Amino acid sequence: MTSLTDGEWHRLHPASPLLRGGIFIVAVLGFIIANLRERLIDGFLGVRVHGGDPIDEIMRRGAAGWVLLGVAVVLVLILLGFYLSWRMHTFRVSDEVVEVRSGLVFRSNRRARLDRIQGVNIVRPFIPRLFGAAKLEVSVAGQDANVQLAYLGSAPADALRRDILHLASGLRQPDPPAPVVASGGTGFGAAVTGIAGGIGGFAANRASELFAPELDPDAAPPESVVRIPPGRLIGSVFFSGFTVVLVLGGIALIVGALIGGSGWLLVAILPGMIGSVSYYFSRFTKSLRYSIAGTPDGVRVGFGLLSTSNETLPPGRIHAIRVSQPLLWRPFGWWQVRINTAGHSTNKGAAGEANTTTLPVGTENDVARVLDLILPGFNSDDHLALISRGLRSKGGDDGFVNAPRRAAWLRPVSWRRTGYTISDGVALLRRGVVSRELILVPLARLQSVAVSQGPVQRMLRLASADLHTVAGPVAATLSVLDAGEAVNLFDRVAAGAVESAHLDTSHHWNLPSGIVPNGIAPSGIVPNGIAPSGIVPNGIVPDGIAPSRIVPNGAPE
Amino acid sequence: MPEAEAVRRLDLPGLNEWKRVSPRHVLVEIVGTLVFGLALCGGAVVLWLVVGLEWAPYLIGAIVLIIGITVFFEPRRVRAIGYQLRQDDLLFRRGIMFQRFVSVPYGRMQLVDITRGPIARWLGLADLKFVTAAASSGVLIPGLAEADAEGLRDRLVELAESRRAGL
Repeated sequence: MTSLTDGEWHRLHPASPLLRGGIFIVAVLGFIIANLRERLIDGFLGVRVHGGDPIDEIMRRGAAGWVLLGVAVVLVLILLGFYLSWRMHTFRVSDEVVEVRSGLVFRSNRRARLDRIQGVNIVRPFIPRLFGAAKLEVSVAGQDANVQLAYLGSAPADALRRDILHLASGLRQPDPPAPVVASGGTGFGAAVTGIAGGIGGFAANRASELFAPELDPDAAPPESVVRIPPGRLIGSVFFSGFTVVLVLGGIALIVGALIGGSGWLLVAILPGMIGSVSYYFSRFTKSLRYSIAGTPDGVRVGFGLLSTSNETLPPGRIHAIRVSQPLLWRPFGWWQVRINTAGHSTNKGAAGEANTTTLPVGTENDVARVLDLILPGFNSDDHLALISRGLRSKGGDDGFVNAPRRAAWLRPVSWRRTGYTISDGVALLRRGVVSRELILVPLARLQSVAVSQGPVQRMLRLASADLHTVAGPVAATLSVLDAGEAVNLFDRVAAGAVESAHLDTSHHWNLPSGIVPNGIAPSGIVPNGIAPSGIVPNGIVPDGIAPSRIVPNGAPE
Repeated sequence: MPEAEAVRRLDLPGLNEWKRVSPRHVLVEIVGTLVFGLALCGGAVVLWLVVGLEWAPYLIGAIVLIIGITVFFEPRRVRAIGYQLRQDDLLFRRGIMFQRFVSVPYGRMQLVDITRGPIARWLGLADLKFVTAAASSGVLIPGLAEADAEGLRDRLVELAESRRAGL
């Protein structure tokens, strides 16, 4: 009964090897048993059939004992392999790092620094979920740079995430010291006792876990701030660009049939159209049970009906935000929010893109609530008005620096809406009329900024601006600004990025005030609104964080 | 008129003198362009003589013309490359027809790369690449004298250390 974050080595859930790769062995066993079913029944009934297949041959030669022995040896070897791989797969979490050792023949050892954590994701694929197991993934920046713990018991995974985030936030001790049952204590163990005590208890246990709210009640306000009604979800999936392509394909098919074309069009398009049904279905089920809530250690986004994914993004890990509205969504007033983050979960999150889609579909109010979580501090009335104008305004004199009229040569429709503004360390870029977009870039996360100009733009006295962030679905570019304004933007963004980066304390987001990296005292507004004083963006004081318990990190880097 | 010209063309006002790259870098660029052009011409010759395309000679002519123009403007393009170290960020510019200005705060540095191609090495030059977490930053300062490149690298690392920021 120790905490998993005590710096000692711990093992994963005992069923891990089985859940990770061993499922196929169960499948093979099932296949063999299913194939032998008739024969087993025949055996019991004492009927002898001679068909000349291998089993008959074995029976005829009286070698059944040897064969059974061989099967037993193989089974034992497999189990031994599983056991050894489980024994060798250990992890530990200390004040500084999370570290995993694994491998039987080829040993591997992976270590991630806690203050570099970009997000902690808990994924529960369907089958492991039935067994009460969960996969915990600590993402750090970079391709394939994640530390994965597969699998842990469901409850220990939640507790471990909370403790890791506590440690990473700059508080030296997980607080309160969580009485976590060592991995596997509840999950598989419970399964065994459950079976012993009656299948009913086991089923009830699993069922309650399956339908429990995706958010851990300890660490988060249990209510998601946004609810997506199933009807809206169906609508959003149906009224998507994919449907347009599908309808065009259907029209092409009909036209092709009418003018008596050969069958190649049918062969080319029809399988795809049939396949699209499964696409709709998976899009729908994966976005079901969406939840988003603020926690002391960041924003928690959950997805999924059968397989679930639940990721916590600590403050200051979001590099760019895009709020967009395809044309088909406009009558309904729906928007989507996507983000750029430096860490990329190797698991295609539950929504296939869960790690970048923060809000699959929502109203403008939902967008405001989500932005309040992922861009804390940017929520005064002025800011909200700015966001609202960024979303819906048709252009004009509305607080944005807009493209000049001559930009219509290059953007005949959208030039009016193309514009930017900078407010409290956040750059807002607005563009697009057919598909409206508003892009928000916290300057504290900005990597670099560029302005550029080609010959056609020079003739029109225009220029492009490009705010470089880490790779992701959001590209913060504006291509038709007045040349003078582009230079203006360049200067303002370059200066703002330096200033915001100085004030930013989010790599240890709960570090007590006064101890700020580089010794720069934060004055006034902190860029991401992350109050350096252990007070959390949305005003929730993490339970039990008393100043006396905080052991300051004396010399941060 | 000069004022209108100033607005038309991108420029950053109120800056110090840009540091320029070595004029010898022109040679590196020209050789690179010529090698590329020769490879293209080789392909066109194959099309002409082996495949027997009759319009291939025109293609070769077009290639030679484009390569010629590129080589002719090479000195100007190299002269347009510039960088300067400001208080908190590195400024970089390049291009005449397609101009590009980039500002990278020192604290965003992930690593600095120095590479030397064969011709650049012969001329005692090196390319310096400033890498951030964003792939699109694209700050590659070519044609620095080797000592300059190493000095600049050390200076940048030092500046980045003193302005360390998270990702």
